[in-house]
Amino acid sequence: MNARLLPLCALLLAAMPAMAQVTAEQLLAPGSQPDNWLSYSHDYSNQRHSPLTQINTRNVDKLKLQWVWQAHSLEKFEATPLVVNGVLYTVQAPNDVVALDAVTGRIFWTYSHQPSPARTCCGRVNRGLAIVGDTLFMGTVDAHLLAIDAKSGTLLWNAVVADAAAQYSITMPPLVVKDKVYIGTAGGDLGVRGFIAAYDVKTGRQVWKFYTIPAPGEPGNDTWTGDSWQKGGAAVWNNGAYDASANLVYFGTGNPAPDWDGRTRLGDNLYSDSVVALDADTGKLKWHYQFTPHDELDYDSTQVPVLADIPWQGKPRKVMLWANRNGLMYVLDRLTGEFLLGKPYVEVNWMDGFDAKGRPHRAPGIVPTPQGTLVRPHVHGAINWAPPAYSPRTGLFYVAHWEHSGIMAIEGQFPQSVGINARQTTMGDVTLEPFLNNDDEARGVIRAYDPATLKPKWEYKLGNITWGGVLSTAGDVVFSGGKDGYFVALDAKGGKLLWKAALGGQVNAGAMTYAVNGKQYVAIAAGAALFTFALP
Amino acid sequence: MMGGTRWYRILALLCLLGGGLLGGSPLVMAQHATGSDVFSGEQAFQNSCANCHGKTGNQIANVDLGHGVFRKPYSDADLTDIVMKGIPGTPMPATPSMSREQAVQIVAYLRSRALVKDAGAGGDAARGKALFAGKGQCLTCHRVNGEGSRLGPDLSKIGLLRNSAQLAVSLLDPGSEVQPTNRTYRITTKGGQRVTGRLLNHDAYSVQLLDEQEQLRSFMRADLRDEGFAPSPMPSVRGALSDQEVADLVQYLTSLRGVSPP
Repeated sequence: MNARLLPLCALLLAAMPAMAQVTAEQLLAPGSQPDNWLSYSHDYSNQRHSPLTQINTRNVDKLKLQWVWQAHSLEKFEATPLVVNGVLYTVQAPNDVVALDAVTGRIFWTYSHQPSPARTCCGRVNRGLAIVGDTLFMGTVDAHLLAIDAKSGTLLWNAVVADAAAQYSITMPPLVVKDKVYIGTAGGDLGVRGFIAAYDVKTGRQVWKFYTIPAPGEPGNDTWTGDSWQKGGAAVWNNGAYDASANLVYFGTGNPAPDWDGRTRLGDNLYSDSVVALDADTGKLKWHYQFTPHDELDYDSTQVPVLADIPWQGKPRKVMLWANRNGLMYVLDRLTGEFLLGKPYVEVNWMDGFDAKGRPHRAPGIVPTPQGTLVRPHVHGAINWAPPAYSPRTGLFYVAHWEHSGIMAIEGQFPQSVGINARQTTMGDVTLEPFLNNDDEARGVIRAYDPATLKPKWEYKLGNITWGGVLSTAGDVVFSGGKDGYFVALDAKGGKLLWKAALGGQVNAGAMTYAVNGKQYVAIAAGAALFTFALP
Repeated sequence: MMGGTRWYRILALLCLLGGGLLGGSPLVMAQHATGSDVFSGEQAFQNSCANCHGKTGNQIANVDLGHGVFRKPYSDADLTDIVMKGIPGTPMPATPSMSREQAVQIVAYLRSRALVKDAGAGGDAARGKALFAGKGQCLTCHRVNGEGSRLGPDLSKIGLLRNSAQLAVSLLDPGSEVQPTNRTYRITTKGGQRVTGRLLNHDAYSVQLLDEQEQLRSFMRADLRDEGFAPSPMPSVRGALSDQEVADLVQYLTSLRGVSPP
């Protein structure tokens, strides 16, 4: 042993640092990482808009399949992958994290979480991951939050977020901002008390917790009668957004419970069916806006908030765009919560206008009754959880949603679908089914809206309803898909169909795009598989 | 040819671990026994011998098979015969159904146990932890609960996966058994780039590695000039650490049981 070599050895090792994959600063500046897809909806704005242009309106019709990755699961494949420096991370339902070579689809590693018995309302699904540094984060159906080493797939910590035996579960992608990871739970239909909680990314220790239903003595608790607040739902089960200039995180909240019978919880039921703006460091509520006060129709507001800076009445304004399950589309000031504009974007009969502050006026008699009441839109909504997109190039807000959908709302019961093909308006599945609807029955549509007016600029009709999200690219292409198993590429400016692929399974996720070694790829989950396309 | 980076890593390891491969005494265990032999021997021992000798081989008075304590010194051949034929006039029976190969494997297992006798006993986990991070420089290649390198196996829950005897063997004779998931692979691209790393996956057309810079890498075989497995870069601690230090390290490793809730 030559002791004189030791300093040399130390120097040699020090000269070969392993770089962290994703820094908190990079998450704040997605423009510095154009090839990567670093969070559920690309970046904190949730615009699902990629700056990549290699695939564009002129060549998108040349797209060819590159590889397919088949999940060992027959659950719905709802996850949007992340891609970091050529490595694609996704979730095999319910809770296996998989690292794939983004060029070939070959597996680097798999981490399997075996959930304890847990009840979920709508499938043992997962919508994706978050990453910072070399650490991936995943919520589990048994309501844990896991930190996993992105290089090796090794578990770093495992925090119990809530008690799965008390009907809590997690299906949402976590949100990471700086040194915190934010997570909420599902279970609103099963009578949990919703919350959003922040955890330290290094240790997994909870930093703060914000209940979406105020406790007695807190502002808003008087919007619940009796002890209904204790099991009032308002669960947070989809991804949030972050505005660095205001240091606010935004999350949508779910329906109040019980879902279709409000007699035991009289009042507005704050903060159910709302967007809450929380101080990212402390969890303190800065503002809220409630989309559907005293909801009896299961209109969760857990759509992902889309943040955009747009001209508003002649001045630039920081707004939040929101296509809600209740059939209304909104423009809110995201710094103050001010209601700027709201309009139905599908047939809506449960409300007939807004007051000056944006509170909807309920249409008389459109509530669940013992004999049933026809309510529009459908209990699954004009849109459910699927993420929309916004292009700063076209200034258009792209939404994949349902048209002509309604339900028969029966007091205290799960509403019954209406129409000859009512069965097909139920929750998404994996496989394809025959489609028999009339033109005036529920079907899917991808539509582009002008945020200044919320008027549609163009639309593309799908053959069936859709649980798929939307992707926008700087190549002016919009990608989406639906329950009919087609993945389509549309002209972002006019909505013209440019390319399509039949994937043989339902599209139940949002598409994403990335580049490796100068080649752009587009990935979409359909059925139980992930498909990846690129130019030849 | 090895890439420059790999040379640095190996050089560093040799420096840090005291040159055990260069100056240490050669490993002594059952002749030509492989890790697989030891594993099979343990299985056979537990099936055929543990009923009388106990799980760790110390149930008979004055005999502690797990620590090399026999009634008198025996050669490997003697022990193999005893395992097969028993000892006449004593309760040790013959085992006619046992093949010589199995008997040899049992002896290999017992010798491997004896090799590491007292390796963990008398050790101190706290001292072992300090050695792991300090003099032993184990974090140069290994990782525990998010700290250290990913080049070697993650040891965060090695105490659940290996007993002290196996851990001591891994420290003293790391090449005796390398799990398929921990094998080192080396490729050279047609452009001359050399990359070494832990083999994660491969198929007829591609190879996936975690390279020495801890990057996940994928290569198309059509783009490679040559490729193949490389020896384990893990050096023996023999000669670099004292018996007490090995015991301390083993105690620490056996204490590693994975992450606990925050």
